[in-house]
Amino acid sequence: MKSGIDRREFLRLAGIGGAVFASGLGFDAVAAERRGGAARKLSDFYFVQLSDTHWGFNNPTINPDAAHVLPKAIDAINHLSRQPDFIMFTGDLTHSTDDAELRRRRMHEFKQQVEALSVKDIKFIPGEHDASLDNGAAFQEIFGATYYYFRHKGVHFFALDNVSDPTAQLGQTQLDWLAGELAELHRSANIVVFAHRPLFDLYPQWDWYTKDGKAVLDLLSPFQHVAVFYGHIHQQHYFETGYIKHFAANSLIFPLPVPGSAPKKVPIPWNAAKPYAGLGFRNVHSRQARHAYELLENTIV
Amino acid sequence: MLKLIIIFVMLGIMYPQVMQAEELPADPPVITIKAGRFYFSPQQIKLKRGMPVALEIEATDRLHGFSVPELGLRVDADVGRKGRLTFTPEKSGRFIFMCDVFCGSGHEEMAGEMVVE
Repeated sequence: MKSGIDRREFLRLAGIGGAVFASGLGFDAVAAERRGGAARKLSDFYFVQLSDTHWGFNNPTINPDAAHVLPKAIDAINHLSRQPDFIMFTGDLTHSTDDAELRRRRMHEFKQQVEALSVKDIKFIPGEHDASLDNGAAFQEIFGATYYYFRHKGVHFFALDNVSDPTAQLGQTQLDWLAGELAELHRSANIVVFAHRPLFDLYPQWDWYTKDGKAVLDLLSPFQHVAVFYGHIHQQHYFETGYIKHFAANSLIFPLPVPGSAPKKVPIPWNAAKPYAGLGFRNVHSRQARHAYELLENTIV
Repeated sequence: MLKLIIIFVMLGIMYPQVMQAEELPADPPVITIKAGRFYFSPQQIKLKRGMPVALEIEATDRLHGFSVPELGLRVDADVGRKGRLTFTPEKSGRFIFMCDVFCGSGHEEMAGEMVVE
């Protein structure tokens, strides 16, 4: 069975060192965790980030294979020679609908699809298409909390929700929670943040920002090793704000134009000569010996 | 001297591109913009630089936001509750306005253009 991943590209990238981009996060091989806690040895691991699958999207001129891209990506991940420690979907799991029943059906269908993943540690955050029309109600019923903390092999992960409020903000309750969690950490802690929308003002003219994103970045700015992985803009993008590195991911449904490069923010139509161009998922490897993360961008074929 | 220059430069950066309502005449000309899923009508508005204007945003179906990020202008508009922005454009150019309250599939394309001449 064809895996659905462009193995040649994967191997070619591996052949040049395996890195599309080495972020230089500066992870320490040994790092203290919570304040007052003992130092803990960190070890290598990797996770997979998928974003903007828009399950339920139906426009053949934009993507005539919409119902099959997610299954192909799942199959590709299942064929990776080494399986990731966990998988993160950074929002817009489903395409928005006014019909609350259809919204839930799409979410259940999506969940059923991802149950085919061999890796069972699967995490989700909502995008505005999932959560903005009902303040995250259906998402919470089917996937659980919209924002949360977890720790993995010494790295502190914060999954944030900047979409359940349709005005695109986290809100004071979530900011207070984040501040409380961060107050427990050493300044040298290794922190990874997941969000759907960019936390910095990427291109506000296209609504590519978070209204209270600056408050989040202010809370994170004292920490030296922070990476943010997000979606929403349907393309890879890299930006730094102080010590904080921001990485946007490709979509699995359609690409969008480079910010400001087109008069309007509309999907890039399907190109029959280059099907699936701009679609994909990424492997995020932590490389402790090199004190860096590596991103491997996988395309769909 | 150095301090003086720095202060001058900062004032230059912070000088607003629009004049706020309290500095404006009481009854500037009004332009009404209808906001509905997923359109603004008209999609393009033309303004004169230095001429006070009031924009009234009239929502036809649900809550929408009207935002002009480059000018730092925004207001909500809901059914039965118009949004109003009164200002004097001080900078020529073309500025995107858009809905910044997610309103469904099609929200992303709910945008228009403000032309200041």
